[in-house]
Parts: sequence; structure tokens; C-alpha cells
Amino acid sequence: MDPMDAIRQTFFQECEEQLAELESGLLAMQGGARDSETVNAVFRAVHSVKGGAGAFGLDDLVRFAHVFETTLEAVRSDQLVADAHVLKVMLRAADVLADLVRASRDGQVLDESHASASATELASLGGPAAGPAIADDADPLASLMFQPMMVEAAPEPDRWIVRFRPRAEMYAKANDAVMLLRELARLGPTSVSLDASDLPDLATLEPEGAYLAWTVQLQTDQPESSIQEVFEFVDCDCDVDIKPADAVMAEEPAAEVDPNADVMALIRSLQAEVAPEPEPAAIPEPILVAVPIPMAAPIAAAAPPPPQVREEAVAPKPTIRVDLDRVDRLIDLVGELVINGAMLTQRVGEAGISRASAVTVALDELEHLTREIQDSVMAIRAQPVKSVFARMPRLAREVAAMTGKQVRLTSEGEATEVDKTVIEHLADPLTHMIRNAIDHGLESPDVRRAAGKPEEGTVKLQALHRSGRIVIEVSDDGAGINRAKVRESAIAKGLVAPDAVLSDEETDNLIFLPGFSTADKVSDISGRGVGMDVVRRSIQALGGRINIASRPGKGSTFTLSLPLTLAVLDGMVVTVAEQTLIVPLTAIIETLQPRAADIHEMGDAARVIAIRGTYLPLIGVGAALGWADPERSVTGGVALLIEGEDGSRAVLLVDAIQGQRQVVIKSLEANYRRVPGVAAATILGDGRVALILDVDAIVSDARGDAPFAETRAELGLAYA
Amino acid sequence: MTKTVLTVDDSRTMRDMLHLALSEAGYRVVQAVDGLDGLEVLKGEKPDVIVTDINMPRMDGFGFIEGVRSDVANRAIPILVLTTESDAAKKTRAREAGATGWIIKPFNPTKLVDALRRVAA
Amino acid sequence: MLDTIVASAKERELIAFRIAEQEFCVDIMAVREIRGWAPVTPLPHSPSFLRGVLNLRGAVLPIVDLAARLGLPATNPTARHVIIVAQVNGQVIGLLVDAVSDILTIGDGSIQPPPEVASGRVRTFVQGLVAIEGRMVSFISLDRVLPRPEAEAA
Repeated sequence: MDPMDAIRQTFFQECEEQLAELESGLLAMQGGARDSETVNAVFRAVHSVKGGAGAFGLDDLVRFAHVFETTLEAVRSDQLVADAHVLKVMLRAADVLADLVRASRDGQVLDESHASASATELASLGGPAAGPAIADDADPLASLMFQPMMVEAAPEPDRWIVRFRPRAEMYAKANDAVMLLRELARLGPTSVSLDASDLPDLATLEPEGAYLAWTVQLQTDQPESSIQEVFEFVDCDCDVDIKPADAVMAEEPAAEVDPNADVMALIRSLQAEVAPEPEPAAIPEPILVAVPIPMAAPIAAAAPPPPQVREEAVAPKPTIRVDLDRVDRLIDLVGELVINGAMLTQRVGEAGISRASAVTVALDELEHLTREIQDSVMAIRAQPVKSVFARMPRLAREVAAMTGKQVRLTSEGEATEVDKTVIEHLADPLTHMIRNAIDHGLESPDVRRAAGKPEEGTVKLQALHRSGRIVIEVSDDGAGINRAKVRESAIAKGLVAPDAVLSDEETDNLIFLPGFSTADKVSDISGRGVGMDVVRRSIQALGGRINIASRPGKGSTFTLSLPLTLAVLDGMVVTVAEQTLIVPLTAIIETLQPRAADIHEMGDAARVIAIRGTYLPLIGVGAALGWADPERSVTGGVALLIEGEDGSRAVLLVDAIQGQRQVVIKSLEANYRRVPGVAAATILGDGRVALILDVDAIVSDARGDAPFAETRAELGLAYA
Repeated sequence: MTKTVLTVDDSRTMRDMLHLALSEAGYRVVQAVDGLDGLEVLKGEKPDVIVTDINMPRMDGFGFIEGVRSDVANRAIPILVLTTESDAAKKTRAREAGATGWIIKPFNPTKLVDALRRVAA
Repeated sequence: MLDTIVASAKERELIAFRIAEQEFCVDIMAVREIRGWAPVTPLPHSPSFLRGVLNLRGAVLPIVDLAARLGLPATNPTARHVIIVAQVNGQVIGLLVDAVSDILTIGDGSIQPPPEVASGRVRTFVQGLVAIEGRMVSFISLDRVLPRPEAEAA
């Protein structure tokens, strides 16, 4: 890749980080933060975006960032108070800035009115006017430090007398007379004379004093501005006098002297005179600068060394950036290692080696180490949920604006870490949940006022670790679920029988049923054909659960629980119809030996089993997968009492249990497709593929919920 | 002899750009992400020139320059600050802190190398 | 030199294999490796031509019985059967065949369209016919061997 393209990519990545910083800073200010660090961080974010955008000539972006920056500067310098209104405007501006960044990244052109409306709004806040010099950073030509001066009608003189006398301050800033002489020599032939008349005796010499002055005769075709430019960095710390040579009545015409020889001679004579034992050039005593001056030697001629980079050495927590492919490769390899280890253990067992033997003990240690490596590698991919949470405030603002509601979104536990694969799958369900909370959960401001609540509703987003899973809660202080309405709607849609007796919890959970929607009018936000059923399905696909708890008038809390990683799973290894299957351990409550007396036929095909007085559906896994005769006897098998994602229980019948183990999840979809009844695959110790059972799909299929049958119909179509 | 430049900038984009331009011009580049980090780097590095941003978290460019100059061993290292055309006040403040010169953003590689040449032997 | 370049630009290499006494071929560019048959793990609710899945160095590959897929009698695999590992539309799949018979180098124009008489099933997969030394080799398009992903809307 072109290095500039790579930097461009870096720039847009960095912009995303700055935008997140900007938003969280503004939100913190909205929450009352007024400390200078927050304000500075916000300012810096916009400033950085502007700086990079200038470098890439992204003029629209620079122009808007400049207006924004000007407003922020006013806040930073206390010329503008960041009250609620100002912050609202700035949050909107942050959204516009984000849009501009993304448009620039994707090479799109945004509707100009979008940015200009926000810019106008910003400017109207007051503070110092964003001057017309907006484009100065944007124009690449503006990067020239000096504009060439207008050439007068009279021809520029070509001989100059330049006198300069550095002051001590100049040396204190590491400027150096030698550099000035060298720069002058670049303009044309020079002849230099040193005025050392002010040089005191060594005894009274101030080591950091300045005693020397130089007179340079310069012949050049460059304009006077080029000579002035040489002194640009030292203008206040050095007396400079530039005059055309004829004006000074040059007594000796500037000869074509070798500037090198002259200056070198000068330096040498100085050294001999003042500093017989030259010290290293570290001390800023100009006279001691014993630098051999490679006159105008092109710097680029030096061989480019392998650049040594201290990249990202942030002091508080040193980090490195690693290509994700490398991490994934490492995870795959460790997965293979786990499988090979298991294979070895199995072979050792088959060879009849005693469990107490040194080989077995060493193997146990190896397995332990392998697990640790696996955990550590998985931790590399762990990321704070902040990256997903950070997208929500904007969403909340937009949904609030569309629904005419007032929302304050707070979040907690942003630092909670979870595997990157999980993070990637979190955004969509969270988006729906936040939309739902605002659109359906919160009341409109007048309704809230009438109910004695603050007009502004609160939606709280919270993440935490709980028993090896990540739990995310989205709660609102809205009206809660209208159970009567939910029930009515579910009955009207034929989702529940009119005479069904439902607990409050069961009623609340009706909203997760496919095709359920309580909104009277299909609003812009929630009416995109996406209901809570889709959210539940996508969460379940990740091995997660979602629940709702609601209190009328007080609000609702959606609780979502997910595994910390999607790469490994604790499973029970079972045998079904001579095949080895994995049943996720999270689904299993207990295992039991079924007694024939507890099993009852129900109707033509269904069977139930009585467990401690409760009748539960009994599902033969072999039959459910089409591998075994459904009529076969159940005794001699093992029953697994399982709980589905929706809390419903069932009993799965398998032929035998082989044991428990952690397995590496392998996707079937990578090279094939989703298979009904199968969640994923894994590779066993013997190198063979084993399927991981999709417990919920098996249960709902047996229940006749039909997603299964549907899928089969789809498959049939696809094969035709 | 290969010259070493220490670049101090919190923006990865800017660090990358500086790195590209400087290494192409034959410099060895050492990077720091803010003023504090820059001072840390100086404990182990002796760059021929320093190029520093001004707006940075933890320690800004002014603090960094003052920090550099407060160490006798580093007083002779030329320091160039990255600034924008409109920031005249910052230029002055940077000089007061002990900056040797400045580079106007956005810069092109020629401008950058020119500025370095003007202050570094 | 120039001749070689021109020739290579027009030629393509095919891997020929036998299924039930018939000869078929696929583009060699799609073939990743050829390996012996090993027992596979059957998938539930799958079409009959899908024998199951196999572990190939950590990846799970679906194994298609090409005979069954082409409407021929299903293969009864033995250790002497062969799996051609091929890349199709970004996925890696295994094709169960009787044996690999040849590597053919043919000019681009030597693939003829299949005649109208061919049955619907065969026409779906056989893209053309290649005549080599009196043998007829059917050129198979791998694109349709697995069901198309767009039919997958869950």
C-alpha cells in the first residue's frame, strides 16, 4: 500500500477515536463536568481532526472543524459558558463532524446544508467570531511559511551586507550562529568576517554569554525576503541588519570565495584562540561549536537507517497494535494445540498407561498450561464494551428527536471486557433495545409531567461480569409494559389462547414472540420490520439470553447475558445414534436415568416424562436429528434436563454420556451453511468433527414452534 | 552520520506523516506520544532535533519544551514546534519556553526537512 | 518466448476424475489439494448428496458426493476413494470422487457447450464437454455444487 494511503487510513481510524472522545467529553460536560482536562480533551479532539484533515486537503472537514474549534476555544477561555443549550448545539455539531469525517473517508459528498446549518448554529453561540481565515489551514499553499514578496519594479540588488549580533537568548533556544552562516551561504557566495571585539578575557567570560558579531557579504539572486527568512527563528534574539551592498559603500567587492574555507578557518581560529580543549558540543556555548560544517551537504544523502520507533509508548498502559489476523491465527493455533493435547491424552489412555504414571502427570501439566495459554490468548481479543456503548448516545439523541421525547442516556461499566467477536454482535441488539426503550418505554414529556415524573426520561445502559458471562442491562424509567394491552394484542394475533393463564413475567415475555408489536402506529424508529423477537434470536444465536422485568409506571429493564467468548464452549460429550455430539453445559441442569414408569405417551408422537411431579416434554435427540427411529425404547439411555433460553424446560434423551470438556467452536457456516438443530461444530481428540447441539432449536422443533420446519422448507427450495 | 529526530505528537496520523517524511529524508525517527513521554524518551535518547506538537494530553508542548531546556544536557537540542498559521500567540509562547523554530501545519515533506536543516547541524 | 506467453494465455489446466465410469473435470485453479477418503460426521437434515463434514487442519469442510449430486447412484466410499478439496465462492468444500484420472491442458476453445439432449440435472452442473484422445470429459462448474447462500434467509 502507498504509505500515504496507510496514513490516510490511520487518520480515519484516529478520527473515530477522536469523535468518541469528543462525544464522551461533551456528555461528561452535560453531566456537569467543567474541569479543564475534559474541556481540553474535547478541544484537542476537534483540533486533531482539523489538523489531519488539513494534511489531506479535506477542505469541508477543515472548514467545519475550524468553526467548531473556535466555539470550543471560546469555552476553553471562559468567553462562552457551556450551558445546556450550548452543549446541545455542540453535540449536534459533533454528530455533523462525524458525518463529515465518514463522508470524507468514503469519498462521498454530504449535503452542504447539513454542515452549514450546524456551523451557523455554532457561530450564533457567540464568542469570538470564526474569522474568515478559515481556509488558511486547508489550502496546501498556505503551508508555505512565507509568501514571496512582490517584486518591485526596480531590480533586486544582488549583493548584500548582512550584519548580525546574536544575544544570549538566541543560544538559549539552541539557535546557532553557524547555522545562520550556513543558511546564508546557501543563498549564494559569501564572505564572512567576524567581529570579536567584544570578547572579554577568559577570566571574565560568561560561558553562556554572547560576544560575537558577524558581517557577511552575500551575492545572491534571491530576494531580500529570503535573507530575512534565514533569521526568521531568531528575529527577537539577534540584532540583524540587512542592506544592499552598494548602500554600504562596500570597500571590498564580494569575491568568489569558497565559503567553506572561510568559515572553517574562522571556526578554527576561534577554537585556537578561545577554547584550546574543545568540549563536546553539548554545552550551548556558541564559540565551542566544534562542528565540522559540511557546507550545505544534502541531508538526504545520509543513508536512510532502519528507523527506530517507539510507537504508542503511552506511559500509563503501554499497548501495541496488532493486526487482528495475527491474533486470530494465534487463537486458531492454540485451538489446534488444545485438540492435539486432547488427542494425546486419549491415545495415552488407550495405551493403558496408568493414571498415576509420570507420563499422565506430565500430560496433565501440559493440558493445564495449554488452557492457560488459551485463556491468555483469548484475553488478547477482549475489548471493553465502550466501543459499542459509545455509539448509543447519538442514537438516543436521534430517536429522541424523532419521537419528540426527552432522554438522558447514562452508561456504567463501559470498561467491562468481552471478546471482540461478541462486541461485534452486540451493536445491533443494543441499538434495537435502546430504540425500543425510548420509542416504547419512555412516555412523551407531557404524559410524564402529568404522572409527576421529570419530563426528561432516563435510559440506563450497564455492563458487568456475572458468573463467567457478560450481563448488559438496558433500563428505562418509563411507563413499564402495559400488560393488558400486550395480552390483548397477543390474543388478537393468535399468539396465546384467549383463556390462557399467564403470570406477569410470562406476559412481559410475550413481546419476544415473533410478529409481536404493541405500537399502535408503526413509527419511523421501531417500524423497520425489526421487533424484539429478532433481538432475542440474534442474542440466542450468540449463546445468550435476554429477559425483561417491568414495573407498571416505573419502567422496564432488559437483561441480556452473553458468553464472554464465542470461541470456546464448555460442553457435555454425548453419544447419539453412534455419533458423538456436544451439548452446551450452560443448558444442562442435571442428568438422570429415566425410568420407564415415568415416561408417558401423549397423543400420537409426543412423550412426556415426570420429574419430581412435573411433566416435561421428552425429546429423543437421535430422532429429532433424523438419525434414529422415534419409536425406539428410551430405557438404557441417559436423560438431560435442560433449560432453554426462554426458561422453558425439557428433557433430552441421548444414548450415553462420554464426559465433559471444553471445546473450540468451529463454524459450519464458514464453508457450508447453518444446519437446523446444530449450533456449530468442533474437532475432537481423534481429529473427527463433532456437532454442537442447538438445544433451543431442538426443543422448539419438538414443541412444533415451526422455525425448524420452515428452515427445512427453505432448504428444500434451495436444493431444487 | 545519521541524524536522529524525536517527534512528539499525540496524533498517530501526524506521527506517521512525520515518520514517513523524515525517514525518507534519511533521518532516524524516535517517537513519543505526549510531553511526558517525550521527556521519558530523552532519558535514553539524544536526538539531534526535536519536533513537537503543542496541544497534547498530560503534558503539552510548552511544558515539554521547558522540561527539555531545564536539563543542561539537552539545552543545545534544537526544538521545532508544529503550529498553525493562525496561532501567532502560540509561536510566541513556544519561543518563550525555549523553542528554536517552528513548522507551520499542514506541512509538506520539503518544508519539514528545510526547517530541520535550518536548525540542525 | 512470445509464443509461450500467447499460448499460456489461451490454455487452461483441468483436473479430470472418474465417477461411476464417467469422466469429469474441474478447473485446476479451484483445486486446493487431493486427499484420501476418511470417515465423515453426518449432518442432520441434509440433502443426501452431502455426506457430512470433515476436519481439514482445523477447518470444517462439507463433503459432497459428486455422483449423488449429479444424479448418479450414490458412492459407497472406501479408503481408495478420493476427496478433491476445492475452493468455491470463498468456501472450501470436498468433492468425493472415485479417482483422479488425469491433468488436462486444453485451449480455451476446446470446451464445447453440452448438447441439448442432456438431462436437466446434468445441465445444471456440466458446463461443457472436452474431447481428449477420443474420451469425452464433462467440465463441471463448481458454483452450483452447494446450495446457493442467498436461499438461506433464516
